[in-house]
Amino acid sequence: MSIPDQYADTSTWSYHIDEEYYAALDRTRALFEEDWPEPDATLLHEATAFLSREARLIDQGRFNAWLELFSDDCLYWVPVTAGGGDPRVEVSHAFDDRRRLTDRVYWLRTGLAYSQIPASRTRRLVGNVEALELDPETRLIRSNFVVHEFRAGVTKVYAGWYAHTLVKTEHAWQIKVKRANLLDSEQYHENLTLVF
Amino acid sequence: MTSQKSVPRGPGKTATALARGRWSAHVLEDRVHRTLYTDPAVFHEELVKVYGGQSWVYLAHESQLPEPNSYLSVNMGQRPLILTRDRNGELHGIFNRCSHRGATLCRDESGTARSFQCPYHGWTFRNTGELVGAPWPEGYGPDFDRSKFGLRRVNRIASYRGFIFGTLNDDAVSLGEWLGPARGWLDYWIDRAPGGEVFVRSAAFRMGFRGNWKLAYDNAGDGYHPAFSHRSLLDMASRMGDAKDMSYFGKTPDDGPMKSYALGHGHSVIDQRPAHDGPGSFWSNQRPQPGREKFEELIRSQHPADADTLLDLCVGSQINLSIFPNLLIIGNQIQVIEPLAVDRTQLTWHATTIGGVPPEVNTIRIRTQEDFPAFGEPDDQANFEEVQRGLAVVEDEWILMNRGLGTGWQEMTEDGVVKTTVTDELHMRRYYEEWVRLMAGEAT
Repeated sequence: MSIPDQYADTSTWSYHIDEEYYAALDRTRALFEEDWPEPDATLLHEATAFLSREARLIDQGRFNAWLELFSDDCLYWVPVTAGGGDPRVEVSHAFDDRRRLTDRVYWLRTGLAYSQIPASRTRRLVGNVEALELDPETRLIRSNFVVHEFRAGVTKVYAGWYAHTLVKTEHAWQIKVKRANLLDSEQYHENLTLVF
Repeated sequence: MTSQKSVPRGPGKTATALARGRWSAHVLEDRVHRTLYTDPAVFHEELVKVYGGQSWVYLAHESQLPEPNSYLSVNMGQRPLILTRDRNGELHGIFNRCSHRGATLCRDESGTARSFQCPYHGWTFRNTGELVGAPWPEGYGPDFDRSKFGLRRVNRIASYRGFIFGTLNDDAVSLGEWLGPARGWLDYWIDRAPGGEVFVRSAAFRMGFRGNWKLAYDNAGDGYHPAFSHRSLLDMASRMGDAKDMSYFGKTPDDGPMKSYALGHGHSVIDQRPAHDGPGSFWSNQRPQPGREKFEELIRSQHPADADTLLDLCVGSQINLSIFPNLLIIGNQIQVIEPLAVDRTQLTWHATTIGGVPPEVNTIRIRTQEDFPAFGEPDDQANFEEVQRGLAVVEDEWILMNRGLGTGWQEMTEDGVVKTTVTDELHMRRYYEEWVRLMAGEAT
């Protein structure tokens, strides 16, 4: 799809999320449900290293650096319905395109978000990493996570699995889609303003 | 020796007067006592009398029971309840509690079933509550009368244009009468959808906070807090320059065109529509959703005549309608207050879609409904929790609700509705009158 020049900056405009975008999301999502062949050592190593670095940036609260890991047409997705449901007619905890993800990072850094005063301290473990090279420019990574959060005197634990779609750009691998599937995404949660 | 006295079956006049006296000491004209938010005994009494007793309580939307024999598990206060449609589509409220030994019968959230069998001893009930049978009935002797052992039912179930309520009071006024002038505001909200078709189909946000349930009700009708509680959201919205949704709350809201109305029976509404001007204004004021630009171009080219109307339908209704005690209509969401403990509450946000519009409209509508729950509501709930913490100062006994008193802001309109400015705490003073009535066991 061609994006008119005036809408090229996706941190400000969102011209590219259309029916074809949702359809492509469905197709990739189906791949994450399949069994994958065992990845070669390099692929697995690179996938694991990428996830570890991303996890650390979040846990260090370096959200601007984290945002730079995402592609211009990215999606940061935390579904409510297990697996994602149909995002065309169902709400998600987060369904952030580049603009809304930029908003989210901006919001976290306003210093005025009372749900993040004091800020969440998080530390996460990412494991059971599997990777699939769809083509030389596209990789899928599947992993499990446990996120420990401490905020305002309360410790919480979130478990689930990540589905990352990475794309290769000139300089580096970037996140095209990150879907964080919480084990209990449709259940009672207090203050889900931490980043998954 | 004890004398034999006949025990009155319901609260007699004397008991009611005593109860009113007790609560009147806790609810003054301009303040309420902190224990209404902190005392577990008060909370347990509320579960019986405000989420039961004389009250009507919101249960669910009819679209959650889409076909004959549909069922839905909900709570009335903390009473587990199965809402059902029978094979003819009639609604029933049966308590999810086996008449034998008390186990819940239905452990799924929703589905279709003609009958429910208790997983404990196998007693089986129709979806209307009648006992069909108990295993090996000869163990109950020849006099066992199945008709006496049906499931306990909610005394009355009624629906207003899809909104299902229940009451345990056989003598309650009709639902329509109880809603009163709130009906007109519900009508506006429903009739925004062409054909008045509203659907709850999406999974809900089940948000929880560590605070009393009334903190959510206090806040829903509060036009005083947005400029402060939602500073992060307002700041974020100005990231790309112009001010967006709700920024008008920051410009001396008392002098602005928005109004608040006390609707009787504890219901109230904030009308933000006067802060907008004409078709397309809801849309242009809304913080941008994923896919906004392509979508707007599509709608404007394919539906030039009613483009502004369709775009406005993707954005909230611009009213905050509070139906006491547990239903909050905010934006396009149906929110239900679920009291879990004196200091713990679930706020269930049901997103809605509507009939009679192109599917893309519902998709952008859904994207809009992810905005406030992510960047607005959490800050509200953080403040609710901090109120609960602050109320631990036992010696500082009172919570104020005096804003607007002595100002001359209030204006009586037709149907006994009182119109006032949006920062007036009239909505609190009015619902506490209803609260005292319910806690005293007085007829509504």
